[in-house]
Amino acid sequence: MIGFLLIGILRDKSRSLLPMLVVGVGAMLTVFLHCWLTGIMGDSIELSARFATGHLKVMTRPYAAEAEQMPNELAIIGVGQLMDELSQTAPDMQWVARIRFGALLDVPDSLGETRAQGPVTGWALDLLSPGSSEAQRLNLASALTSGHLPQQAGQALITHDFATRFAVMPGHRITLMGNTMNGSLAFANFEVAGTVRFGSSAVDRGGIFIDLRDAQMAFDMRDAAGEVLGFFPKGFYVDATAQAVQQAFEAQHNNDTDEYAPVMMRLSQQAGMADYLAYANTMGSIMVMVFVLAMSVVLWNAGLLGGLRRYREFGLRLALGESKGHIYRTLLAEAVLVGTLGSTVGTAVGLALAFWMQTVGIDLSEMMPNASLMMPSVARAAITPPAYGIGFIPGLLSMVLGNALSGIGIYKRETARLFNELEV
Amino acid sequence: MPLIELQHLTKQFPTGNGFFTALKDITLSFGEGEFAGLVGPSGSGKTTLLNIIGSLDVPTAGSARVMGQPVGSLTHRQAADLRNHHIGFIFQTYNLLPVYTVYQNVEFALLLQKRNDAQRRTAVCDALEWVGLTDKMHSKPAQLSGGECQRVAIARAMVKRPSIVLADEPSANLDAENSHHILQTMQALNRDLHTTFIFATHDEKVMHYLQRIITLRDGVVENDQWHSPSPHQPPN
Ligand SMILES: Nc1ncnc2c1ncn2[C@@H]1O[C@H](COP(=O)(O)OP(=O)(O)OP(=O)(O)O)[C@@H](O)[C@H]1O
Ligand SMILES: [Mg+2]
Repeated sequence: MIGFLLIGILRDKSRSLLPMLVVGVGAMLTVFLHCWLTGIMGDSIELSARFATGHLKVMTRPYAAEAEQMPNELAIIGVGQLMDELSQTAPDMQWVARIRFGALLDVPDSLGETRAQGPVTGWALDLLSPGSSEAQRLNLASALTSGHLPQQAGQALITHDFATRFAVMPGHRITLMGNTMNGSLAFANFEVAGTVRFGSSAVDRGGIFIDLRDAQMAFDMRDAAGEVLGFFPKGFYVDATAQAVQQAFEAQHNNDTDEYAPVMMRLSQQAGMADYLAYANTMGSIMVMVFVLAMSVVLWNAGLLGGLRRYREFGLRLALGESKGHIYRTLLAEAVLVGTLGSTVGTAVGLALAFWMQTVGIDLSEMMPNASLMMPSVARAAITPPAYGIGFIPGLLSMVLGNALSGIGIYKRETARLFNELEV
Repeated sequence: MPLIELQHLTKQFPTGNGFFTALKDITLSFGEGEFAGLVGPSGSGKTTLLNIIGSLDVPTAGSARVMGQPVGSLTHRQAADLRNHHIGFIFQTYNLLPVYTVYQNVEFALLLQKRNDAQRRTAVCDALEWVGLTDKMHSKPAQLSGGECQRVAIARAMVKRPSIVLADEPSANLDAENSHHILQTMQALNRDLHTTFIFATHDEKVMHYLQRIITLRDGVVENDQWHSPSPHQPPN
């Protein structure tokens, strides 16, 4: 009987080829889009973590309240001690102090007069102490477009786009104009060691990278830093682990009533990231649902179109003594078979496409030159374990749903009416 | 005991305003080996009656017993079993499944009975031999003539050796020569296997072969007439 039905499926192209094509295309698109979404979301989350949020971040309470403004007058004082404490609380994590700042960059001419001025966003991080992982974390070496990484105090990296705009080259001197921790003006001279480009227009537009100690000097922030970031050694964010560390930290600071007491925030709690994570998940589910619906409709239509012819077959099978339940079950079995085959083929093609997108990627920077969100400008797909199975959800569901719906006609019609189709 | 026993059988179909009575108070019985026909004008209820005998439909009132079973109160599955084991159908429009070969079309009924390979092969070859199509067993229906298709349909109905074969206008799509051919085939099967054949027909050619002619008009039996024992020869 099974062999008999298989012959039917194989020889009747409208029962096999068409639905398999629909299911295959749907599964392929689902898998591919899923990988692409995961890739973009994962990349940009990791990018945000490295540049801005960390996997965990410690700030003072008031700094946290307006962290986007980088209010260094509210920075953590006694950052060395805090780092020691953090290393004890969570020894597996890497803790780094950073100062984020906004400043004006002044480019002087050969006579020392201002030639050009532009706003920059600044990163002060540990670039010079031996064993520091910060340069690696931001991928500074591969981001270099000219010059070299800072090797001594007083050297800075500026972003390539900014450097080009103001005709600054490695070796030139520049002046940073910002605010000290007490609110007075601060001036500091730097030598441009090199230029960098990250492929993220938000950073590339105007950024400067200096050593943490230089910044502490320039901004009068001895033993102070705006933020302490914690990173998981594996390099990707796990919310549950982050939560555990956060709880341990909070337990120690429960009774700290100081106005400037430190607070710890997880990546998922920081501005926009929670929404971003939720958005990523919702997008995924919506996408799968849309495909289930669209494919069901297409298949249902195909099922109904083939229905007249199929009803004659069902009528005949009833006449030959097959029960309605058996016919309905074979219809569902056909759906499972065709759905599985189609989904398998579609998933394979989708994964192949995703793999290609994972290695090559699409350059988006031309399409959105003004992106303010930290997005990697080369979108890449990421193949994660769910990608192997996700195509089967719409593939199987739509096929079974489609056949189940068109098959209800078998039950709704009286046996004799179904049978009468034979006399058309 | 008769194979088929109908008593005061009435069949009504719901219509827009009330009911349409297709069969009215029919009492009939059919025994083993009969070669009988329902005749009558279009709409007189022939197909409706065959459907009830074939357990595809149920009477509204009265009773219909087929092979001792009450058609009106069988479950879907019981009705399917009754058809599967005891009743063969032959249609005006052959209704062969186009994707299967002649052999597979005939074999299908036996698959439902879960017979083993060897039993199926013997039975299918026998059936194809009865209708003279052994040499076409690997053809597809599309490659056959109308007469050949109807002979495949006869083989399909006969392969499980049912007690009853119901044939609704089996000759309507065939020319005279092919009509005679299939009728002779069925007549021979009726004689050799004692299968009961019940036809529904308008066709004069068919009537010449029938041993018993039941005339329906407006859902009522108008006439039930036995002819002299079957001539077993086509009248010239
Ligand atoms: N499912 C149904 N619903 C309503 N009316 C029906 C139904 N089936 C049959 N009828 C009616 O019952 C009457 C008898 O129909 P039936 O098909 O039995 O006639 P018939 O004798 O086979 O005619 P023909 O020689 O044209 O095949 C017809 O008037 C038909 O319209
Ligand atoms: Mg009829």
